[in-house]
This record gives sequence, structure tokens and C-alpha cells, in this order.
Amino acid sequence: MSRHRVIFDVTITHLTSRLKQSSIAALGVTFGIGTFITLMSFMTGLNELLDGLILNRTPHVRIYNEITPSDEQPVALSEAFEDAVNLIHSVKPKGSQERVHNALPMMARLADDPRVLGIAPQVKAPVFYLAGNIELNGIVSGIQPFDEKRLFNFGDYVTEGTPDDLAKNRNGILLGAGVATKMSLELGDRIQLSTARGVLVPLKVVGIFQSGLAEVDNIQSYVNISMAQQMLGEGTAYITDIQVKLHDIENAVPMAEEIRRNFKASAVDIKAANAQFETGTSIRNLITYAVSITLLIVAGFGIYNILNMLIYEKMNDIAILKATGFSGDDVRNIFIGQAMVIGIVGGLLGLLIGLVMSIMINQTPFETEALPTIKTFPVNFDWRFYLFGIVFALVSTFLAGYLPARKARKIDPVEIIRGQ
Amino acid sequence: MSTPILKATEIDKHFYKPVDFHVLKDINFEIEKGEFVSIMGKSGCGKSTLLYILSTMDTDYTGSLFLGGRNVTGLHQRELAKIRNAQIGFVFQFHYLLAEFTVLDNVMLPARKLGAKTDAQIRKDAMDKLELLGIASEAHKRANMISGGQKQRVAIARALINEPLIIMGDEPTGNLDSKNSENVFNIFTDLSKEKGLSLLVVTHDEDFAEKTDRIIRMEDGRIISHGRDEA
Ligand SMILES: Nc1ncnc2c1ncn2[C@@H]1O[C@H](COP(=O)(O)OP(=O)(O)O)[C@@H](O)[C@H]1O
Ligand SMILES: [Mg+2]
Repeated sequence: MSRHRVIFDVTITHLTSRLKQSSIAALGVTFGIGTFITLMSFMTGLNELLDGLILNRTPHVRIYNEITPSDEQPVALSEAFEDAVNLIHSVKPKGSQERVHNALPMMARLADDPRVLGIAPQVKAPVFYLAGNIELNGIVSGIQPFDEKRLFNFGDYVTEGTPDDLAKNRNGILLGAGVATKMSLELGDRIQLSTARGVLVPLKVVGIFQSGLAEVDNIQSYVNISMAQQMLGEGTAYITDIQVKLHDIENAVPMAEEIRRNFKASAVDIKAANAQFETGTSIRNLITYAVSITLLIVAGFGIYNILNMLIYEKMNDIAILKATGFSGDDVRNIFIGQAMVIGIVGGLLGLLIGLVMSIMINQTPFETEALPTIKTFPVNFDWRFYLFGIVFALVSTFLAGYLPARKARKIDPVEIIRGQ
Repeated sequence: MSTPILKATEIDKHFYKPVDFHVLKDINFEIEKGEFVSIMGKSGCGKSTLLYILSTMDTDYTGSLFLGGRNVTGLHQRELAKIRNAQIGFVFQFHYLLAEFTVLDNVMLPARKLGAKTDAQIRKDAMDKLELLGIASEAHKRANMISGGQKQRVAIARALINEPLIIMGDEPTGNLDSKNSENVFNIFTDLSKEKGLSLLVVTHDEDFAEKTDRIIRMEDGRIISHGRDEA
């Protein structure tokens, strides 16, 4: 044991005798690792937040009915004109086509699909908001509040009241923040909705929601799905949108494709809807990694430099050690040991700094209109960053130490002794 | 006759840079156990070069070197390091100590590398050696805080710590005043007479050499006299 201890003792003595340089080298690592962890935690926290802002509330597949004119016109079915060339001008789509055909059986089929996490139907209708003598254009969506909350984090955007309040109150309405402001409406106030066909429905404001997107908040509001169906004078089979959430987002594209083929309905997948969004996330990740790794590499060069210098200063020691029976490997291990001690001390300190910085950022107030439920900067406390940080610190300091140490291993003691 | 402690046969060495230079020519000699041998010769005749070969630090030569009867020529570096550690004590002209370690640590270092004893035993042995050389009082000072004469005695204590077969010295008194030289010389004779240690010491000091068992004289890379009647 003494044999290894003595090598370690020399390692430590060399380090402590050059405490200033050793500390600077270690601080380089600390800075690199600390910044890496802080950057990664903060950036991925922000990414997750932004992902949440759009992706979490976007259905993986949305099924609706695109309003298009029929491909087949009635004249084509008539035997009388079978051999004729039929020219029809100004073809227009048929009315009341917003509904998804056969929505209920389709939903039953989807609910049984093992890839599906859940489905939430909606009934959308254009309306006028009426309160006092103000009249405002808007869209009301009939929803199942529990499903919206469970699948699309709906609760995160309800700033006053809760989705449950809507579920409990059949005559309730959740108003967009913009609508509420424009009409000076508060919780508990009454509002009237008028449908395109002129049906008037009185409702009670049970909540305000804020999506963060002004153009949505200025027109959108939510009621219970049965209320929406009733307003339109339709039955429970009337559904305009089916939102599907999957277990694995990767299934979205094939699933949408299947639905289009099997159900003759329009289906859009999240990737098609948000292609530009994913690019943004991966570029932000790339930049974070690039900056962090650059910092760590700079720290590695620092260690390399300092060790090279140290070995130059310790030529005499190396010669003495070799002359008194330490092997080249022993000498190499002494210097690798110095690099590793610098790496371990600097790295652990870096983890600590990273953690402290992350906690500080996480407690910094950050309030924005766009993100009503966020009060402080988002930070992603992921243990994998810390693991990666310490592993990188050890690997890079090992490499930075290995090259100079190999040089020390080869130093010929005779040359040093003769040189005196 | 018993096997010699050290035996060199037909050792030749060239330096190829800057030009081919035949520095050691057909070196043959032996050292018996307990012998105190000095090497003399003009500066530049190859004494140091020979000593580096004999101490196994320099392996770039032809011929054979035997230590304690074992041919060590061509052994792996790792093996040679072990031999230097366990069987050879080296004392240089300049006091080669690890400056940041204490005197005691310096003496203990080769024994801790050998790892044959516990640290406590090694510490005791090292103190004994320092006592023997009259510098026990300096044991806990840092090596760069003591005088030149004291440093050389620490180096001798370090050379002794693993009870080597032979101690080699390259002008170990060359850097000391006459009083300290005398002192170091007396230590060597005591070690030779009382402990039966073998010693091979390069020196320029004729008085010093006269008092050793025999003088090997070198000239231009050759041994011209073995200091024995029959040689
Ligand atoms: N590395 C080397 N390269 C070339 N010549 C050398 C080298 N080392 C020593 N010499 C030469 O070899 C000769 C012997 O050197 P050395 O053994 O140091 O002599 P001594 O110790 O007897 O004074 C000298 O002429 C010296 O200049
Ligand atoms: Mg010399």
C-alpha cells in the first residue's frame, strides 16, 4: 500500500507547493462545469416551458372537416348523362359541413387504440358576445373540461376560476382575458352569446383564461360541450374537432395518415402544424451544448498548460525519483494524478456552483403576460447534467494531464543530472 | 572467490550527436563485496558516463553489466527501476533532494517505493540513518532549508535506506569545503569497514582516493589502471 501512497503523496505535495497555479487550473474546470450545468438547466428549462406553451396544449392529431366542395356532383350519378361531358360552373361547398361525420363511432375506435392516451372532442361555433350595449365577434368552443385539463394542461391557462368550475356549472363560460377586459367582465358577471342563427344564450362567467397569444385571448371562450351543442340546436353527435393525444408523439404522423385514409376526415398532425417549432428547440439545444463544451475544452487547455509548466519546473524531482528507483510509469502516474485531483476538486466545485446558480435563477422573478402561471425563471434540475458534467471534467482533465504526463515518463534522468 | 557485487565486461559506448564520439572503450572491471573503490581521471574522460551505465540509468551501450551476479543488461526499464530502488544507492555531486519535502520524507522515499516495510518501520530506519550521519536534528526541516554539507549527508542517508548492494557516488565531495569533504569521506570509510558496504566513488581528490582500497584510473574512455598489482 505504501507504494501507492508514496506516489499519491508526491502528487499532493507537488500540487500544494504550486497552490496558486493548481487552484487556477481547478477554477478553470469549476467555471467550465458550473457554466455547463447552469446553461443546460436554464436553457432546457426554457425549452420545456416553450414546448409546454405550444406543444403540450396542441393535440398530437386533430381531426376536423375541411370545408371543400364535393368531388362528385349529383349529375355524375344520373344514368341519363352517363356518356355526356358535364360542365358545372361555380361549384360551392354544401352548408353545415363543419361537423366531423360519424364522430361518435370514430371516437370509440380511437379510444380503443393502444397508441392513444386520450381524446377530447370539441364543438366550435362563431358567436357574438353581448354585454350591455357592446357586441363582440368571437369563437366559443364547447369542451369537456376534465379531458382538456388532463390531456392539454388546460388548467395552466385558467387564471381566474378553474376548469372544474366550468364542469360544475352547465351555464358557465370561461372567457378569454382579452374578451373579459374589452367587455369589463369579472367572475360571476353575466354575458349573452348570440349564435350565427340568432339564438341568444345567457351565461355566467365562471373563469378567465389567458393563453398568452393575444389573438386567441381576444376572441376565444369556452363552454361545456353540451351547452355548445344546445346553442347550435344540434344533438350529442355534433362534434367539429376531435383532439387526440398519443403516448408517443412519434406516432402522430402515421396516425394522422391512417385517419385520413380510414375515416375520410381531415387530420393534421402536430409535426406538420409545428414544424418550425421543433427546429427552434433543437437549435437552442445545439447552441447550449456548443457553448458549454467550448468552455470545458478551454478549461482542458488550461490544465494542459499548467501541467506542462509544472513538469518543466519539476525536472529535478523527476530525475531524482527515477534515479532512486521510481519507474517511468510511477512518474507518469504522479502527473496524471495531479490532473485528476485538479479535475475532481474543480469538477465537484463546478457541480456545486452549477446547482447554486440554478437555484438562484429558479428564484429570480419572471412574470410575463404570455405565461400566466410562471412566476420565476424556469430551470430544469436534471441529474443527468450533473453526471455528464463530472464525467466530462474527469475525462477532459485526464486527457489534458495524460499528454504532459507521458512526456514526464520519457524524461531521461541522465540528461537532467548531467545538465547541472 | 565469491561472485563480485558488480562486474562490467566489454562495455563500449558512443555518443552519436553532434558527431560520433567513442566515449567508453572496452571497460572491464569488478568490485568485490565490501570493497571501497575510487575512480580517477581527467575531466571529460568518461567517468560520469560510466557511472550512469553502472547505475542502470543509461542503457544505451554494448557489453554486459552484472549486479550481484545477475546480468542486468537489456532488462526492461521497469525492472531496472526496481534494481536501482533496492540494490543501488546513488550520491550525486549536487545535492539532489526533493526541495518541497522534509529531510525525513526524502530519506523515506525510496523505502516507501520499495514497500517492504510499514511506514512506521521506515520512519524509524530513516531516523536511524540520519542519526548515523549526525543530522537527526534536521529531520523535520524542509530539504531546501539546510546547508550544502547537510544536504549531501541526507543524500547519503537516502542512498542507505534500502540497504543496497553498492553505493555509487559521482564526485560526492566535489561541491563541499575540505571540512565537509573529510566528513563525508569518513562516513564512507565507516560504512565500508563497519557495515561491509561496497562503494564506488568518482573523485578528483587525490588525498581522498589514496585512502580508498583501490583506485581505478581512466584516460580517454579507457581504464588504464585497476589499482591492483596483478591488473
Ligand atoms: N550527451 C552527450 N552527447 C555528446 N557528448 C557527451 C554527452 N555527454 C557527455 N559527453 C562527452 O563525453 C565525454 C565524457 O563525459 P563525462 O562522462 O561527463 O566525463 P567526466 O565525468 O569524466 O568528466 C565528455 O567529452 C563529454 O563532453
Ligand atoms: Mg563527471
